[in-house]
Amino acid sequence: MSGKNLLDKVWNLHTVRELPSGQTQLFVGLHLIHEVTSPQAFQMLREKGLKVAYPQNTFATADHIVPTDDQHRPFKDELAEGMMAALEKNVKEFNINYFDFKSNKQGIVHVIGPELGLTQPGMTIVCGDSHTSTHGAFGSIAFGIGTSQVRDVLATQCIAMQKPKARRINVVGKLRGGVYSKDVILTIIRKLGVNGGIGFAYEYAGKAIDNMSMEERMSICNMSIEGGARAGYINPDQKTFDYLKGKEFAPKDFNKAVNWWKSIASDEDADYDDIVEIDGSEIEPMVTWGINPGQAAGISENFPEINELPGDERETAKEAYEHTSYEPGTPVKGTEINVAFVGSCTNSRISDLREAAKIVSSKKVAKNIKAFVVPGSQQVKAAAEQEGLDKIFVNAGFQWRDAGCSMCLAMNPDKLQGREICASSSNRNFKGRQGSAAGRTILMSPAMVAAAAIEGKVADVRDYL
Amino acid sequence: MTEDQSIKNIKGRGIPLPGDDIDTDRIIPARYLKNITFDGLGRYVFYDVRFNEDKTRKDHPFNDKKFEKASILIVNKNFGCGSSREHAPQALMGYGIKAIVGESFGEIFADNCTTLGIPVITAQKEDIENLMSVINDDPALEVRVDLEKMEVNYGDFTISINQKESSRILLTQGKWDSLSELLQAKDQTAELAKKLPYLNEFK
Repeated sequence: MSGKNLLDKVWNLHTVRELPSGQTQLFVGLHLIHEVTSPQAFQMLREKGLKVAYPQNTFATADHIVPTDDQHRPFKDELAEGMMAALEKNVKEFNINYFDFKSNKQGIVHVIGPELGLTQPGMTIVCGDSHTSTHGAFGSIAFGIGTSQVRDVLATQCIAMQKPKARRINVVGKLRGGVYSKDVILTIIRKLGVNGGIGFAYEYAGKAIDNMSMEERMSICNMSIEGGARAGYINPDQKTFDYLKGKEFAPKDFNKAVNWWKSIASDEDADYDDIVEIDGSEIEPMVTWGINPGQAAGISENFPEINELPGDERETAKEAYEHTSYEPGTPVKGTEINVAFVGSCTNSRISDLREAAKIVSSKKVAKNIKAFVVPGSQQVKAAAEQEGLDKIFVNAGFQWRDAGCSMCLAMNPDKLQGREICASSSNRNFKGRQGSAAGRTILMSPAMVAAAAIEGKVADVRDYL
Repeated sequence: MTEDQSIKNIKGRGIPLPGDDIDTDRIIPARYLKNITFDGLGRYVFYDVRFNEDKTRKDHPFNDKKFEKASILIVNKNFGCGSSREHAPQALMGYGIKAIVGESFGEIFADNCTTLGIPVITAQKEDIENLMSVINDDPALEVRVDLEKMEVNYGDFTISINQKESSRILLTQGKWDSLSELLQAKDQTAELAKKLPYLNEFK
């Protein structure tokens, strides 16, 4: 008999019962909430006269709508202020743990979960946010849910869900210099498609993944959803344990925890519904050229000619070129940009900022480029300032901001204007995603954003190493 | 639940919206999420692809008079990908959409639709193309979605459809209100919580 993968083990452990629909009533170990997708859920509880069943297992922070230039209350945007007030009222009324600005632990929900040690192997983790898959980097089963499901979790600590299939993605070989985990996940999505992961949880494995730090692994798992997979995970190993050791919410009896964490990793002979292999040594720095994250190319490639693409990708490519006005057949490298953004739940952690700082150190942002760095959390910001990274960025001409989702999704004052093109370390290049219906987004690693900021155009970070 | 909430058949006019990978940011731009209720989202559905900055109308099926009052949305591949925002199905529901037929769907979006009682069903690419083209030529034609026979009927055509089995059961049996189902297992939930190693000091 073959062994079990981590998804099987964690799913079984959290199964309260099988529902008549064939779904599982799944217990949720950690529930994270933020200001945008939770207020309606609390309101539904009030209307039904329900309480939060397990308040100690839910943690809240504010990230999507917070300004990153001036976080004094009340916010200038009345709607944003209203959402903050609603969150504060809800966490108080329902007795939920809340990391506010004064806690010095506020930040993007997918940055603070891991850095506080809330995120741990073997857990089921949900949040009303599709990038919840980030937490899978620790060997948890983590995925985004809608607001009605947030309500369900608050009221019962459970959700009704169908178990996904498991696809193992082996990234073999050694990554080359200037190639980061962002480039790996963009390559995976390009290869398997933006809808290739529908119905699957992705298990990332292989030498290239083993060699990555926890923060690099988080960037990979973060973008699982961009490939259609609601969850993505990596088996826990010594790096996972070392990362968690000493964190505020890490288990007290750490050795016991480690023993259990080891037991929930996929067995050597585990079964998968599908296995894919990617050669990491062939990957080069990646950039997106279109309107979804699968429309990606290596930095040395040209904007693809429509007729060179597979038949079923041509319509979307045509739509992409109508939106972007880029010229098929010309090099992606050298495309002029207007804005450079380092931040988002994909790439706003301390190691991301270090990599970007290395590139811009003693250099200047190109003329007329608006460049800014938005740390993922108050703790990341403090750590970066401790190391002097803020000075490196400011001296180079970057703005150094407070923690929040910022220009990833345009729910706060950080937005593109008109036709601006943004070199962005975020996760989505959808039309209008960064706040201007006509705006354009080119996704890349933080180091690539740094290089683009210096040149004022899409550049190859390898020229700076 | 005393009242019968089952959804087995849906009839209405169709509205074709061609294109792959239409994400939830496009269905409802993020700036319309800055509200603590879901009320009134219907008027902002597809806002940035329907309206120019000066509020003049763009060419879009949701602006086309001939598809007014349509309730069955017809789409292509990976519709509703991206952000988990339930505001997307809420906006479509607010506009009057009661069912969505497409080649494939973003998973979180599809689950959110089921939770709201909106069937999300899939069909073969060729069948979707036929349905779109027939409705384009005759927008007043009635489209009938039958979740028991698993088919869609329109004019002289019948196409077979698929649906995630759990969603089909939930909708046709009127059990798509997940909360009342989950609330029934309070004790079992507490039992499980008592056994989870990480909630019990790894004993």
